[in-house]
Amino acid sequence: MIATKFYILLGAMLFAIGAAGAMVRKNVLVILMCIEIMLNGVTLTLLAYAVENESAVGQIAAFFVMAVAAAEAAVGLAIIVAIFRTAHATSVDEIHLLKW
Amino acid sequence: MDSFFILIPLLPLAGFLLNGLAGRRLGVRLAGVLGCATVGGSFVFSFLALLRLLGLSEGERVLAVPVYTWIASGDFSASFGLLIDQLSVTMMLVVSGVGFLIHVYSVGYMHGDPGYTRYFAYLNLFTFAMLVLVMADNLLLMFVGWEGVGLCSYLLIGFWYKEDEPPRAGMKAFIVNRIGDFGFALGMFLLFTAFGTVAFEPLRERVLHALHAEAPQLLLWSTPYCAYTVLTAAALLLFVGAVGKSAQIPLYVWLPDAMAGPTPVSALIHAATMVTAGVYMVSRMGFLYEESPCAMGVVASVGAVTALFAATMALVQEDIKKVLAYSTISQLGYMFLACGAGAFAVGIFHLVTHAFFKALLFLAAGSVIHAMSGEQNIFKMGGLRSRMPATHWTFLAGALAIAGVPPLAGFFSKDGILARAYEQSGAALWLLGAVTAAMTAFYMFRLYFLVFAGESRVESEKAAHLHESPWVMTVPLMILAALSVVGGWMGIPHLLGGHDRFGEWLHEWGGAHETLLSHGTEWVLMAVSVAAAAIGIFIAWRLALASPGAAARLAEGSGPVYRVLFHKYYIDEIYDAAVVRPFVRLSEKCWKGVDEFFVDGTLVGTGTVAEWLGYALALLQTGAVRHYLLGIFLGALFLMTMLTGVGPVFDWYVQGAQILFTRALGTISGGG
Repeated sequence: MIATKFYILLGAMLFAIGAAGAMVRKNVLVILMCIEIMLNGVTLTLLAYAVENESAVGQIAAFFVMAVAAAEAAVGLAIIVAIFRTAHATSVDEIHLLKW
Repeated sequence: MDSFFILIPLLPLAGFLLNGLAGRRLGVRLAGVLGCATVGGSFVFSFLALLRLLGLSEGERVLAVPVYTWIASGDFSASFGLLIDQLSVTMMLVVSGVGFLIHVYSVGYMHGDPGYTRYFAYLNLFTFAMLVLVMADNLLLMFVGWEGVGLCSYLLIGFWYKEDEPPRAGMKAFIVNRIGDFGFALGMFLLFTAFGTVAFEPLRERVLHALHAEAPQLLLWSTPYCAYTVLTAAALLLFVGAVGKSAQIPLYVWLPDAMAGPTPVSALIHAATMVTAGVYMVSRMGFLYEESPCAMGVVASVGAVTALFAATMALVQEDIKKVLAYSTISQLGYMFLACGAGAFAVGIFHLVTHAFFKALLFLAAGSVIHAMSGEQNIFKMGGLRSRMPATHWTFLAGALAIAGVPPLAGFFSKDGILARAYEQSGAALWLLGAVTAAMTAFYMFRLYFLVFAGESRVESEKAAHLHESPWVMTVPLMILAALSVVGGWMGIPHLLGGHDRFGEWLHEWGGAHETLLSHGTEWVLMAVSVAAAAIGIFIAWRLALASPGAAARLAEGSGPVYRVLFHKYYIDEIYDAAVVRPFVRLSEKCWKGVDEFFVDGTLVGTGTVAEWLGYALALLQTGAVRHYLLGIFLGALFLMTMLTGVGPVFDWYVQGAQILFTRALGTISGGG
C-alpha cells in the first residue's frame, strides 16, 4: 500500500507541470493537453483523499471531473478548429482577437 | 340632487378634453358647438343652483358638495369640495353666462382660424379653471383654479404663437402673475400655520375668535397684538396674489400687453375670468380683511390709486384695445376700493355690471377690428356709425354704462362704491374715485367719437370691405347691451326708491347696511358722480368732435405731461431696467458661471475620470492568452493563500505583484 501522500505529491506535480505548460507553450493544442494534465492531477488528488477517508464522494467527484473534462475538450477543440479556419494559426501568440 | 352641481365645472372640462384630444376629428363646426354647449350647460346648472338657494330660507343658503378628500396628511387635510352660497352663485352665473356669450361670439370671430379647435379647448379650460376657483370650498382648491386661469391666460394670450408679440405677452402675463401667486401661496401657508385649516368655514370661525378668545387658539401667538399682526400679514400676502391676478399697481403691466391675444380672449379675461379672481378672493376672505383695518386701508388705497393711475394712461392711448385694457385696470381699482371700504358686496356688484359692459365693449371692439381687417388704431377709424349700426349702438350702450350715466348699470355700482368709500375710507379716496369717474367718461367717449362718429379716416382699401359682423357676433353684443342697460337695476339704492336687492342678497358680505350718511350727503355724492360723467363726456366731445385741432394743440401745449402719459409713465422701461435686466444678467451668471462651470464640470469630470480608468484597465487586454492564464493562476494562488491564511506568503505575493506590475507598465510605455 503506497502512502497517500505520494499520490498527493504526484497530483500536485501533475498540476504544476500542466499549469506551467499551459502558460509557456505556444501551440493551442498543447495548451489544451496541459489543461487535461492539470485536470488529471486534480482527479488523482481527489481519489487519493477519497481512498484515505473511505468516502464515495471523492469517487463521484472524480467521475464528474472526467465527464466535464471530456465535454470541455470537445468544446475546446471545436473552438480551436473555428479559430484555425479564420486565423490560420495554431500559435497563441498569433491569435489576439480580444486585444484592446 | 346637490351633487349634480359638480357638473358645473365638469362640463367645460369635458369640452376641453374632447376638443383638445379629438378636435381635428370633430371638425370645426362641431368643435364650436361643443365649446359653447358645455359652457351653456354650466350656465343652466348655475341657474338651477341659484333657484335651489332661493328655495332655502334666509341665512341657510349654503350648499356644500363634498366630492372627495383630496389630501389627508397628518393634521392637514384638503377636500375637493364645492361651496355654493350667494357669493359663489353670483360669480358662477357671471362666469358661465358672460363666458357663454363670449364663446358664441368666438364662433364668428375665430372663423377660419387654423387653430380653431385648439382655441375652443383653451377657452373651455379657462372657464373650467375659473369655475373651480369660484366654487372651491377651501383655499388650496381655490389655488388650483387660480393657477389654472393663470395657465390658460398664458395659452390664450400667446394663442397666435407664430407671431412675435403674443408669446412674449403671454410670458409676461404668466411671469408677472407668478409673483402674485407666490404671495397668495405664502398667505395660505401662514393661515394654515396659524389656524390649522385651509377650508373657508372653519377658517372663518377661527379668525373671528382669534382676537377675542381668552385661550389663544393656536401656536403662533400669545397676545392679541401678535394675532393682529398675523392676520394682517396673511391678508396682505393674499392681497399680493389679488394684485397680480387683478392687475393692480404694481403688477398691472401684464394686462395691457395681454391685448396681443384674440379679442374674445381679452373680453373673457377682462370680464368673466382671471382679473375678477382677485376681487372674488378678497371678498371670499372678507372675514379676514375685516379683522385687520390696516389691510383694509392698503386694499382701499391701492384700489383708488390704481383706478386713477390707469385712467390717466387710458386718456391718450391710440389703440382701441389698449384704452379698454387700461379701463379694466381702472375699474378693478374701483372694486378694490369697495372691498377696502368693507363693501365687498358692492365690489361684487360692480364686478357683475363691469362684466356686462366690459365684455360688451371688448366684443364690440373686436367687431370693429374684424370689420377693419385688423386695424386697431383709433385715428385710422371714424364714422363707422353708419357702416356698422348694431356694433355702434351696442358700443354706445356699453360706453354710457361704464361712464356712469344713469340709469345704466355702471351708474348704480360705481355710485355705490363711491358712497361707501366716502363713508368708510374718507374723502381723499372718494375724491380719487370721483376724478377717475370723470376721466372714465372722457376716455370712453373719446374712443366712441373717434371710432364711430365724425368723418371717416379709414384707409381706402380697408373701407372697401367694411361690413357689419355676422349674427353670431352681433346677437351676443345685443344681449350684453341689454344687460349693460338694465343690469344695475338689481341694486337700486333705497335713496332712489329701490330695494337694493343685490345688497340684500349679499348682505353677509357687507351688502345692504344702515348708512351713516345723511340723505343730503348721499344726494350730493350722487350728483357729483353724474356731473363728473357729464363733464367727461362733454370734454371728450369738444376735443374729439367739435374742434378737430384742439386735441393736438392740447397735447402740444401740455408738453412733457402728454409724453409721460403716452409712454405710460415709462413704467415698463423702469421695470425693465430695475428688475428684468438685472435678473437676466444674474441668470446669465448662474448659467455661464455656476451651471456650465461647476455643475457641468463636475458631471462631465466624473465621466471623464471613468473613461480614463477604462482606458487604463483596457491595457490589461493584451490579447495574449498566456497573460490571462497567468492572471487566473495568480488569482487562484492568491485566493488559496488568503483562505489558508498564510501571512508571510501573502506578503511575498504582494511584492511579486508589484514587480510584475511595474514590468507590465514598462512594456506598455516602451513597446505599446
